[in-house]
Amino acid sequence: MRNTRGYNPKSAIAGYLFISPWLIGFLCFTIIPILASLYISFTKYDLISSPVWVGIKNFQRLFFQDPRYRKSLGITFVYVVTAVPLRLVFALFIAMILCQKRRLLGLYRLVYYLPSIIGGSVAIALVWRMFFGSGGPISLAAAGLGIKKTVSLIGNPRTALATIIALYIWQFGSSMLIFLAGLKNIPESFYEAAVVDGAGSLVKFFRITLPLLSPVILFNLIMQTIHGFLMFTQAWIITRGGPMDSTLVYVVYMFLRAFQFYDMGAASAMAWILLLIIGFFTMIIFATSRRWVYYESKVGI
Amino acid sequence: MMVSSRKYLNAAVYHLICMILVVIMIYPVLWMIMSSFKTQSGIFRGNLSLIPDEWRFANYVEGWQGFGNHTFGIFFSNSFIIAITSTLGTMTSAALVSYGFARIRFPGARFLFGCMIATLMLPYQIIMIPQYLILHRIHWVNTFLPMIVPWSLGNPFFIFLMIQFVRTIPFELDESALIDGCTKFGIFYRIILPLCKPALVTVAIFSFYWRWQDFIQPVIYLSKPRLYTVSVALRLFADPTSVTNWGAMFAMASLSILPVMIVFFILQKYIVEGISTTGLKG
Repeated sequence: MRNTRGYNPKSAIAGYLFISPWLIGFLCFTIIPILASLYISFTKYDLISSPVWVGIKNFQRLFFQDPRYRKSLGITFVYVVTAVPLRLVFALFIAMILCQKRRLLGLYRLVYYLPSIIGGSVAIALVWRMFFGSGGPISLAAAGLGIKKTVSLIGNPRTALATIIALYIWQFGSSMLIFLAGLKNIPESFYEAAVVDGAGSLVKFFRITLPLLSPVILFNLIMQTIHGFLMFTQAWIITRGGPMDSTLVYVVYMFLRAFQFYDMGAASAMAWILLLIIGFFTMIIFATSRRWVYYESKVGI
Repeated sequence: MMVSSRKYLNAAVYHLICMILVVIMIYPVLWMIMSSFKTQSGIFRGNLSLIPDEWRFANYVEGWQGFGNHTFGIFFSNSFIIAITSTLGTMTSAALVSYGFARIRFPGARFLFGCMIATLMLPYQIIMIPQYLILHRIHWVNTFLPMIVPWSLGNPFFIFLMIQFVRTIPFELDESALIDGCTKFGIFYRIILPLCKPALVTVAIFSFYWRWQDFIQPVIYLSKPRLYTVSVALRLFADPTSVTNWGAMFAMASLSILPVMIVFFILQKYIVEGISTTGLKG
């Protein structure tokens, strides 16, 4: 009993039954919301009265009449282009250190990874707020060095973002583990051959490690860039976007637009712009990857 | 002699650097835990030392009292209800869906698989507003359903991880079971599912972490203090309008990461493997 396309009808039904949980969730909680948000982004909607079509007004207002939006866009870019490379460089550096044959490696790996596990929590964000705030250890240490009586890195618009970047770098552990797995896949014989040819450690790093690790770097770079654009909890707890909007990252402003101003139209427009930005950056990284990512086998995708 | 002393010096420098980093990584966490035993003035005044001048366990008692008439007992049980039910749900759906995609031929499978991979890159922050608008309309606001139901129906990350795992299981096992008269569900339940245990453990760990620490969804959907999760309740300590008992805040913050730490130390082998092989973020 096979139909013309070669599918057994019984197994077709079974297939759909097995994937039905995901399919229902996909339709109800992903596709419908995303289409709804596309529509709402062209309307004026405050949750109480029904949406009114306004065309591209929301987008126009965001880009041309909302300095806070442009500011949040700028802050988010600054955050992503500093925090992500710093985290990856740090993760790679530590992974290289941990790739030697030494004692206590298991302990180091465990401790360095720990912040990745708890770093996204509200608890750690609160700790950060106190740690870098006035009266916290950092300000006490600064006072001890005779800098100033009360230094609050959180309260200063020029340094607040840096503390959040520091929190992001502090959680380098998961990238480090991925790099470690990549490093272990590089055959020892490559390095041995290079040593025979008289290569120093710098040459080994730039000619062997980096090229062979580049697919892993690409993966990390894309994941972390996306992740960076989406930061919310830390900025919300540590600074609430302040002081003077200096940490008003994209999602925080989107949250404010939606749930404080009940401006669902503009907030939906912001979500779509963010999706396009993330897609754009992912594409750029992929497009340039041909120049710097080295694949050993040229087959496959 | 020269060689071996150089070797020792090398090792000493190596471990010194690693240990300094250990201190940096762990200091904020230790500071939080130690501050939870300090007096209000002891947290800030005077010294940088981690050890409290006088140990004050009352911080935990005061913190546990929570806000209004709601103790942290309620907040913890809310968090556990959400984290555990949605984790069990997502484990079940990830197992079922991955079997469907990895082992059964059905029309549209390639297209739907493509859809799933596309949503792998679709962050929650993008759909949070329209999802709120829809769930608001069907009166799911101020219930746990928005945190539990979408997650339980399957997270693309976990489904993908499971598909990769099911693909490594030899197909001969399915075939011999089929010859023995097993149905598709029988093959799934008796052959595939038991073999998927390691992958399911990874799913369980990360699902629990992410649900436990999730902040953005509870803060959107839960406005009644009785329904607050731990992460939302903790935020009230940071409320600029209230006078904050810092010791109590540190006490509850320390308690809030305790379940995560316990899971981490018991199952760390699985976690390290899970990240190294799948690239899941922590």
